[in-house]
Amino acid sequence: MRRLLAYSILVSLPLTACGGGDDPAPAPGGGSATPSATPENGAQTGGTSTATVKDWDPAAGTIAVTGSVVFTGDTPKRRKLDMGSDPKCEGMGDGGLDESAIVGPSGELANVFVWVRKGLEGWKFATPTEPVHVAQQGCTYTPHVLGVQVGQPLEIGNADPVSHNVHSFGKKNPGFNQTQAPGSAGLTKVFNRSEVLLPLKCDIHGWMSTFVGVVENPFFAVSAEDGSFDLGQLPPGTYQISARHEIFGLQKQDITITADGGPQTLSFSFSEE
Amino acid sequence: MAVEEHSAPTSFVQKYIFSQDHKVIGLQYIFTALFMAIVGGGLAVMIRTQITWPEKAMVTPEAYLSLVTMHGTIMVFFVVSLALVSGFGNFLIPLMIGARDMAYPLLNMLSYWTIVPACLLVLVSFVVEGGAAAAGWTAYPPLSALPEAVPGSGLGQTLWLLAMALFIVSFTMGGLNYIVTILNCRAKGMSLMRMPLTIWTYFMSSILGVLSFPPLTAAAIMLLLDRHGGTSFFLPDGLVFNNEVLAHEGGTPLLFQHLFWFLGHPEVYVLVLPGIGITFDLIATFARRPVFGYKTSVYALVVVGFLSMIVWGHHMYVTGMNPYVGEYFSVATVLITAPFAVLGMNLVASLWRSRIRMEVPMYWALGTVAVIGLGGFGGLFLATSISDIYFHDSFFVVGHFHLMIGVVTVLSIFAGLYHWFPKMFGRVMNARLGKLHFWLTYVPMVTLFFLMHLQGMSGLLRRYYDHSIYEFQKPGQELALAITLLTYTAFAAQGIFFWNFFRSMFSGEKVGENPWNATTVEWTTPSPAGHGNWPGALPVIDRHPYDYDPAAAEDKDYNPQGVVA
Amino acid sequence: MSESNSPPRNPRFGILFFVFGIAVVGTFALGWLPDVKSAHGHGIDGVIRYLLGTTGALFLLGCIVLGFFVMKYGRGEAQTRAIVSGKAQALWAVVPVLIMCAISEVGVLVMALPVFGEVYGEPPADAYHVEVVGKQFEWLVRYPGPDGVFGEVDHEKVHETRNPLGLVKSDPAALDDIVVRGKVHIPVDRMTVVHLRALDVIHSFTVPLFRVKQDTLPGYEAFTQFTATEAGTFELACAELCGLGHYRMQGSVIAESEESLQNWLNGQEPWL
Repeated sequence: MRRLLAYSILVSLPLTACGGGDDPAPAPGGGSATPSATPENGAQTGGTSTATVKDWDPAAGTIAVTGSVVFTGDTPKRRKLDMGSDPKCEGMGDGGLDESAIVGPSGELANVFVWVRKGLEGWKFATPTEPVHVAQQGCTYTPHVLGVQVGQPLEIGNADPVSHNVHSFGKKNPGFNQTQAPGSAGLTKVFNRSEVLLPLKCDIHGWMSTFVGVVENPFFAVSAEDGSFDLGQLPPGTYQISARHEIFGLQKQDITITADGGPQTLSFSFSEE
Repeated sequence: MAVEEHSAPTSFVQKYIFSQDHKVIGLQYIFTALFMAIVGGGLAVMIRTQITWPEKAMVTPEAYLSLVTMHGTIMVFFVVSLALVSGFGNFLIPLMIGARDMAYPLLNMLSYWTIVPACLLVLVSFVVEGGAAAAGWTAYPPLSALPEAVPGSGLGQTLWLLAMALFIVSFTMGGLNYIVTILNCRAKGMSLMRMPLTIWTYFMSSILGVLSFPPLTAAAIMLLLDRHGGTSFFLPDGLVFNNEVLAHEGGTPLLFQHLFWFLGHPEVYVLVLPGIGITFDLIATFARRPVFGYKTSVYALVVVGFLSMIVWGHHMYVTGMNPYVGEYFSVATVLITAPFAVLGMNLVASLWRSRIRMEVPMYWALGTVAVIGLGGFGGLFLATSISDIYFHDSFFVVGHFHLMIGVVTVLSIFAGLYHWFPKMFGRVMNARLGKLHFWLTYVPMVTLFFLMHLQGMSGLLRRYYDHSIYEFQKPGQELALAITLLTYTAFAAQGIFFWNFFRSMFSGEKVGENPWNATTVEWTTPSPAGHGNWPGALPVIDRHPYDYDPAAAEDKDYNPQGVVA
Repeated sequence: MSESNSPPRNPRFGILFFVFGIAVVGTFALGWLPDVKSAHGHGIDGVIRYLLGTTGALFLLGCIVLGFFVMKYGRGEAQTRAIVSGKAQALWAVVPVLIMCAISEVGVLVMALPVFGEVYGEPPADAYHVEVVGKQFEWLVRYPGPDGVFGEVDHEKVHETRNPLGLVKSDPAALDDIVVRGKVHIPVDRMTVVHLRALDVIHSFTVPLFRVKQDTLPGYEAFTQFTATEAGTFELACAELCGLGHYRMQGSVIAESEESLQNWLNGQEPWL
């Protein structure tokens, strides 16, 4: 009888002890949960189309979609990057200017990530195997904003003579935080859920950050210094095109493309919130 | 009070797995601790390798922090506490007070089997996402509360907290058992002032542990809630990660530090006192004379115990705590040198007019006396709040606490294993190998931790993945290679011990009841002691525990404490 | 082993303790403290040397006695039984207690209290003020500017490159604040008061050559003060585990003449 009591206490102890913890950190690698339906991050909404999904045929894209992004309001101050917390970074020369808000003389806004959020649900896009590269060089990330498709590898290399750590702050994708010693092999990461924009940051060098737009399809672009972007050629249909800037937020536009309508030009406008 | 009688076990499982016999449980603890010591020692080897050759980047910085965190956690709780307090405590207490077993044998068994899942959680945490906990064995929030602060603060830190919760449950069960057993189950004639000093130290150690663990339990629960329950006990307003302010508000990290160190300081005395007690007993036994100042030693132990509960703030001098409160803690902490001076003096004076037999356990015991002195005096530099400004978080601290809770305790564990091996297994360990093990352990360990004091004095800081970044750390770093080579030597030398220990268990020279001619009552039981310890009636105590006479003939120079009918 | 002829002896084991004591005291005496470049730092070093002297002497004495006893009583000669009265044992306890209390409390109260006053007392009215904020993994330094007042900060406004400290534009006192990464410019021979905060986890501001160390606690403002006695550039490091970059939170404290300091400050643009 006492033995039975002892064994039952032993067995139940681990169960009570485990009561403290709640949901652990997100599972490693591929998230297996259902995709989120919040409209802000480029996720696919539930099937609005009942048509069957076809493999993407590039010949279907016939109408060019381009545009530009402007910033309205006083041009924000653009400071020189202060790398004073690491003499080695300082020693590598001019780090350049802060890239978080690049506004041209006529209000052209660079580094805005533009993508086709809705309208291509009827197509299935192959996951590219060619990796997208991010370089850590001169204690900055290059490029500052980039796009990658869901499942496509992102390769982060460290060409600097100092250690960097790549710390992801995604809200949909599992976080990671890994150090790369100088000259170490590149870090390859794959994101399985669309998320725009997913920040990657170096904690060691706080001014270093890059933003990744993880999207479902190859129709995305990053606005250039002159504010222009080119989404490529889309098939006729109704689309929601979204644009996000790391500071100035999100803008959306719904457009309809007709077969005989000719090329479309979009315009996005951001301001200091 | 009579011990709850339990009948002799019959099946293998009853005898060796779910045993309620204090001797088996003690050995289970010791074997588990020996296994965890290999893990903890291996982590030490990795730590030393990384910081001696940082350019090789053997591990990543985040992995390095898991190494130092888990090394500390495993060594403090799952090696020293497990072997010295739980292992030897269980094995020795009933034997030395003349009882058949602990007051609560079933609770005793449960205390061991609670530790096993704790060990498993600790080991599993190495392979989960983000790795093992990485906020130091001290687990200060916010670092330990926020997964974004360091990878180990993900699942690894949660598992750490759960393992600690189980450890505390186990320790509390054990501590209560020890206190009740010592108070109520002593043999007839054994007054408190006739107990061997080993038992006094276990008594003090258990009281300290039982009183001081609850705040850590509270802190662990609060930290778990901050991590998973959305609370902010330890997290203030305005924490910023990646340009975003976290939702927490109203808490303070300082609260955790108070709760942690309220346990943390008595904890080190929980660990050290039994080592000191064992050293006293071994010196009396092998110097063939009574302990000098038994009574004053008992009083000193009680004073040390009391003082240890009111000095925790000396770990927090530079935290931003009110410096006048810090000054109080400083005045109180340096007072501890007073009873420690009594203990140290009594240890040395116990050799005056003695007749020393250099058996293997005596090498360890004598060596421990010198380390108590070295480590103890080093404490003064840290206790004085003004000098601690310079030494806090330096290698001086690392050297000091390793000498006290990593060398004094480990030397005592080995001393105890060699000494009580006959009582455990009915044989002796090989003496030649024992002495070789002593020299290859003592000299490297004492030297390397002493060298760390010098590193600390020159400015070397702790928990650094790579010291080469700073010029001011270069002088200290020059000693790193020597320390690392000594570490490798000490680690490798334990192979001699393991070989000797396990081989002697099966083919060591068999011995009788009392191979050391000792006076305490455990030596009136068979070797090895069986179920119920004494085959017949329990001994009756008629004198103090150290009735040795160095004037008498060598084979008649002792009178056992207990008379067995 | 009682079965064998006579117990093992090894009086020469006592030599270990002589060697131990001399080696320990001797190596400490070589001197390991780095240079000291602050006023109160000399006081701290004084306390350390006092402790080294007193504990060193006691430790050496203890080792010599221990070694002597092992050598003398390890030979196996029969000894007359040492019967020590309770009173004598008590005396041998009380006297060491008094000696240790005297030595250790003299250290804390007599030698250390004056230094305590320098480190934790009220700073003079003409002290130089600078703010250092610890974050993963760097030191953000703020100078109050000509108005001598630190402007308001709001952590909601913190952005690594646009506004690292979260300065509030609407507060006039913030408009002249200067924000710099990693470089703390201070005057020589005038007390510097460092205001210490942290943005994310606990860090600790330490400048070893100044004998300065103070944790920076999130949600809290701490202070430390010292007077640099020599011009130069001194390394600033972190002394509280703060994450994977703890070992490389580099900063420097640049102590310079008042003129040079003012020139530097004048050459800086306010952040906002």
